Amino acid sequence: MNIVVPINFVPDLVEEFSIADSGKDLDREWVSLMLNEFDDHAIEQAILLKERTDAEVTVMAPDVEGVDDALATASARGADRLIKLEDDFEAGASKHALARAYAAAIPALQPDLVLTGVQAHDDLDGTVGPLLAEYLGMPYVGYISGVEIGDGAALVRKEYPGGLIAEMEVMLPAVLGIQAADQPPRYVAFSKIRQAMQSAEITELEAEIPEDAGAAAVVRMYLPETGERAEMIEGDEEEVASRLVELFEQAGIL
Amino acid sequence: MTVLVTASTTQPPTLNDAVYSGLQLIENGERIRTCLQCGTCSGICPFGHLMDYPPGKMIAALRAGAFERVVNSDSVWMCVSCYACTQVCPAQIPLTPGLMTRAKEEMLLAGNVPEELQHALQFSQRYGNPLGESPRKRAAWTKGLDPPATILGKAKRPVDVLWFVGDYPSYHPRVQRTARALAKILAILDVDFGILGREEQSDADSQRLAGERGLFEMLAEKNGRAFAKYQFGEIITTDPHAYNALKNEYPALGISYPVRHYTQFLAERIDQLKPHLRREVKARITFHDPCYLGRANGVYDEPRALLEAIPGVTLVEMFHHRQTSLCCGGGGGGMWLDGFQWEKARSRISEWRVQEAIKVNADILAVACPYETPRFEDAVKTAANGAHLVVKDIAELLAESLDIEEE
Repeated sequence: MNIVVPINFVPDLVEEFSIADSGKDLDREWVSLMLNEFDDHAIEQAILLKERTDAEVTVMAPDVEGVDDALATASARGADRLIKLEDDFEAGASKHALARAYAAAIPALQPDLVLTGVQAHDDLDGTVGPLLAEYLGMPYVGYISGVEIGDGAALVRKEYPGGLIAEMEVMLPAVLGIQAADQPPRYVAFSKIRQAMQSAEITELEAEIPEDAGAAAVVRMYLPETGERAEMIEGDEEEVASRLVELFEQAGIL
Repeated sequence: MTVLVTASTTQPPTLNDAVYSGLQLIENGERIRTCLQCGTCSGICPFGHLMDYPPGKMIAALRAGAFERVVNSDSVWMCVSCYACTQVCPAQIPLTPGLMTRAKEEMLLAGNVPEELQHALQFSQRYGNPLGESPRKRAAWTKGLDPPATILGKAKRPVDVLWFVGDYPSYHPRVQRTARALAKILAILDVDFGILGREEQSDADSQRLAGERGLFEMLAEKNGRAFAKYQFGEIITTDPHAYNALKNEYPALGISYPVRHYTQFLAERIDQLKPHLRREVKARITFHDPCYLGRANGVYDEPRALLEAIPGVTLVEMFHHRQTSLCCGGGGGGMWLDGFQWEKARSRISEWRVQEAIKVNADILAVACPYETPRFEDAVKTAANGAHLVVKDIAELLAESLDIEEE
């Protein structure tokens, strides 16, 4: 059983963002990237399946700041193979382009299962999972919170709004969009990560970000603007609290 | 001493053997073999009654070759590394720095880590602070200080004192007040100080005591590299945990500088400080000895001397004070295990401590550790008859007494 986990990095929301001069993207100079949280769950799900079924896990990532550390961490968690896709991903790539780059590299690995994070907070033109499934010609199921491997098929738990859960059987090979691993990602002691940083072998693979991957074009990116009807309450805690109480009283809530 | 695992052993050493023999290699570690099983450690531990393996029983488990059972229980996460057990052990076994910390290290390697602690450790790894704040904003608390704080990377000049501000004074909105108060005092004493700003990383002592040795070393090395870039006479810390790390742990990593807690630094200048303390603080004040100032490092008198220098202050002692002081519950990872510990204990150590302060009719509970102000203020909110109790860091009380306008 071959499991491939193509992971992706997203701007870290801890930092404040500014808009690039082009007016169409974040100012990448000040963006620090971190592993997409849902991809973290996809890695955990792959490792859990490996522990249960002796699968081989390959983690694949675009070459951006922090990629080596992220791949080493995946190795410390139990990933068998690490692949880095080489091109200028640092400048930002659409989800269509990213999925195309993954799709070019994945077939050679002959995967039975491709696990992606179900979404990322920078998904402006769709999510990677369904795009990737389309390019690979594989079935896709998203919002997965549990995977079991059967004979030529996977039994997956798909979450629906309102607390509904469906169990589905998916013929393999397939792409799954992971919402949450069977159990939360386990902590990896930093000493193990450090060891992996020294010993992990990362295969570098020439990749190509397609010029026109079919993504919707960003016309304008801007910070949310204050609407005319909104009253922004200024002042210190006391003043803000008093004004809020006043407004609640006016509205008849208090 | 006996080395339990010899080269002729064909089987790889068991976890039990590795831990037991490893513990005997640390400073005074061989004393673990002299444990009488008197149980004093487990009795004095604030959470000992909730642990499957309090220190004494853990030693018994090691002797019985049953350490696996310790790792399979999560109750060692109730340990707040407060040194109470270590203080009373008649055999003087390094229980806190050795046994309990090693047990947490094994828990961590086994991936048996409560989720809330996991977050703090991951934040420390990614951002260099357990709060998950932007490293770029580490000096944001200095905004508006008059005179402005010297950030060494910008000033590029030697200073007398490098002030290691610490995680909570840098980022926690309540504890930033402590940092600003201390900046004010240093300024009035004409102390030539600088801070590292965004180059400062967590001292990582609490992460170490929560079992994350590797993370501790990584962050210590980063701090070490920052220290090496600048010229300064000595280091002072806001946080007793940082003081403990820099004094007792960093030297083994080749990072060695003279270091003092700010209460020691100010107590030395008490004659210079006294004439500035003109405003009366008319209050009954009781002082909570922080574990890593008191029991771990023997600093008891300096904080009290500073409080007594403030005109109007009546200093009273709580039942547990000096060597017997009660932990605030924040040490050894406790700062990031509130939910976990609440589920097991259904009460907080900080709540017991606040009751002691109320019992001696204190108006102010004075502290000298950045973990304590938010912990005790939270405890006061739910304390019976405690509404009047105010929690303040010694630096804040001194700044209040300075004869200058409050910000």
